[in-house]
Amino acid sequence: MRTIKSFDKGMYIPHHKEYTNDKKITRLLPYPKEVIIPLNQHIGETVEPLVEVGDRVEVGDKIGDLDEFWSAPVFASLSGEVKAIEPRPTGTNGDCLSVVIAADEEQPEFTIEERENWEQLSINELKNLLQENGIVGMGGAACPTHINVSADDPVPNLILNGAECEPFLTCDHRMMVEWADKLIKGAQILFRIIQAQDCFIGIETNKPDAIEVLEEKTADLEHFHVVPLDTKYPQGYKKTLIKAITDKEPPMGARSAEVGCIVRNVGTTIAIYDAIVNQKPLFERVTTVSGPETIPQAGNYIVPIGTPVRHILEVCGVDTDNISSHKIILGGAMTGSAVTTLDAPVTKSDTGVLLLPEEMVELNEEVGPCIRCGKCVDNCPMFLFPNELSLSAEAEDYHEAERLHATECAECGICSYVCPSRRPVVESIVQAKPEAKKIRRSKK
Amino acid sequence: MSENPDIVVTEAPHLMSDGDSTLLVMSDVLLALLPATLAGIYLFGINTLYVIMAAVFTAMAVEAVFLRRIGSFQEVLGDGSAAVTGLLLALTLPPDISPGLAAAGAAMGIIIGKLLLGGLGHNIFNPALVGRAILLAIWPAAMTTYSSPLDGNTTATVLGGAEYSYAEMFLGNIPGSIGETSALLLLLGAIYLFFRGRIGWRIPLGYLGTVALLSPLFGANVLVQLLGGGLMLGAFYMATDMVTSPMDDRAKLIFGVGCGLFTIVIRELATLPEGVTYAILLMNALVPLMDRYIKRRAFGEVN
Repeated sequence: MRTIKSFDKGMYIPHHKEYTNDKKITRLLPYPKEVIIPLNQHIGETVEPLVEVGDRVEVGDKIGDLDEFWSAPVFASLSGEVKAIEPRPTGTNGDCLSVVIAADEEQPEFTIEERENWEQLSINELKNLLQENGIVGMGGAACPTHINVSADDPVPNLILNGAECEPFLTCDHRMMVEWADKLIKGAQILFRIIQAQDCFIGIETNKPDAIEVLEEKTADLEHFHVVPLDTKYPQGYKKTLIKAITDKEPPMGARSAEVGCIVRNVGTTIAIYDAIVNQKPLFERVTTVSGPETIPQAGNYIVPIGTPVRHILEVCGVDTDNISSHKIILGGAMTGSAVTTLDAPVTKSDTGVLLLPEEMVELNEEVGPCIRCGKCVDNCPMFLFPNELSLSAEAEDYHEAERLHATECAECGICSYVCPSRRPVVESIVQAKPEAKKIRRSKK
Repeated sequence: MSENPDIVVTEAPHLMSDGDSTLLVMSDVLLALLPATLAGIYLFGINTLYVIMAAVFTAMAVEAVFLRRIGSFQEVLGDGSAAVTGLLLALTLPPDISPGLAAAGAAMGIIIGKLLLGGLGHNIFNPALVGRAILLAIWPAAMTTYSSPLDGNTTATVLGGAEYSYAEMFLGNIPGSIGETSALLLLLGAIYLFFRGRIGWRIPLGYLGTVALLSPLFGANVLVQLLGGGLMLGAFYMATDMVTSPMDDRAKLIFGVGCGLFTIVIRELATLPEGVTYAILLMNALVPLMDRYIKRRAFGEVN
């Protein structure tokens, strides 16, 4: 019996993965008539458009970039003509300057050309290629990968995040099963970049086929370890993952590298392989389209970045005129963003497009006072006091919020999930976080 | 831009745990107390039923009027917390007390102990115990006159020096307050609350353990101290009140130990025969302090 690793606290919540966990990855066809490519799909600065209205672009062309460390370029995800460069609504960022491409009827396939001598590239060349190809964290965080791996000193542990603890999502699961070879090669590239000693692939036990496939494929690889993880939320959060796999606890404010770990999502790792080996920049991704019986053709689809949610839902058989009082989420059900408009595009870090029906969208729930029942305290994976934090946030007492470590909140949402008074606990904490961070920084 | 259907936009998380609510929390407490309540009515007679009803309905009515929640029974019931306060108070009263006094105690407990402090969640003291403490101060005689469940005659309680077998004390056919005498039924309810996740083990264990350990030091019989008086009711149902007990696990244990310490000190060194009410109220007062200074280590916290 191999050991299943885990972390303290957190919660067992329904997985809802049965709708798509056996659906093979396929391309979402037909392509949309228009893609909307936001010029900020990462943590960092908005990039500048490299094209003008009326320009022809081919799939894979770089259309936005900035000469800044904290940025990642964006690419045309379909061939066509630039129709507009203007602010457009996005799921997460509010309005964001975007390049709108009117796509050609006929779409050529992106031609993959293996990069010559990619195995001989230096570490610095590899790091540059990560930024060059717009690689960012695709599990939701959207931090540019070249920043994560920027340290010059070796980092001993490479951790591949295949936990996929969010309900409904199965894109990472399917990629691990179907694209295991790419994943492993991508991991070997990362392994070289950070000069690691060990690579751990953490996978929750509700994906036994992924565990099996990867164990088989890494059996002969020295330093590669598949680590089965308890299916507990939020196992895929960086800190709880590091704790589960290495038993190390990243100190507050420290970067993972300081405890000798670099964590990368499995989808990102595959994108790294494609960028380095196939010279394919990040212009499309696998996204889970799902919901509780709300999507006739739920599945795991390759979609061009910038595809509007409306197009995805329609191709999957949803009658978009008939979904009032529903909620559409980009990302996961616990941490994703509800879109304000069906024109919001899928971006690099959008793991899912979820359609929740009216009965799951509780609007008229009366919010009661905190009865100090302690459920949020009992389950908080960061060992905070979410109830007290949310009260201080509501009172705009940011010094108190900082004292209570608002800065450390994982934003996993468990506190709001369990609250019997239906209080928006995590929502308040998230709102207080920027102020609390400022205060904490000024204390140092 | 094309038409958008009327989609819902809220912040994450987008899932909610199924069906838990404050009303459900309170309903669990009421359900857990039901056996002890029925036993009290069975043992001590019909007056206890009037006392219970007077306390429960007064508590609910006062809160409903105060909060102008009077449209329907559902509104009056509200989150169920007033009913819990009323029932808990009634169970701590002597069986022969007049229902009027019970109603007065419930009203004062709700008004002074809860509503004036900002309502549910903001009260420092357990409202049922506030009501009881006020009654004890104003009508000490009525609050300390107990009748025997056997013949109805006025008699001393176990803590007042009467002798009963341990079996009788465990089952509950001894003189005492309406709902406090049956350790067995109170334990059953507590086990239910524990497995429903409504109470933890730290406060009751700290409380009962301290009483058990300290009793011999005062020359008191451990089992009489544990099974007699209101300790079982207090330790499982009142000290564990979510609103008026600390958040942190260690603080909960300390809170329980403090309740035990004050209880045994009052019982053995003060003129009052029973100390549970004041012990818990005293410790309630320390909760804000404990909440501030006793905190578990957060993930990644380094000193």
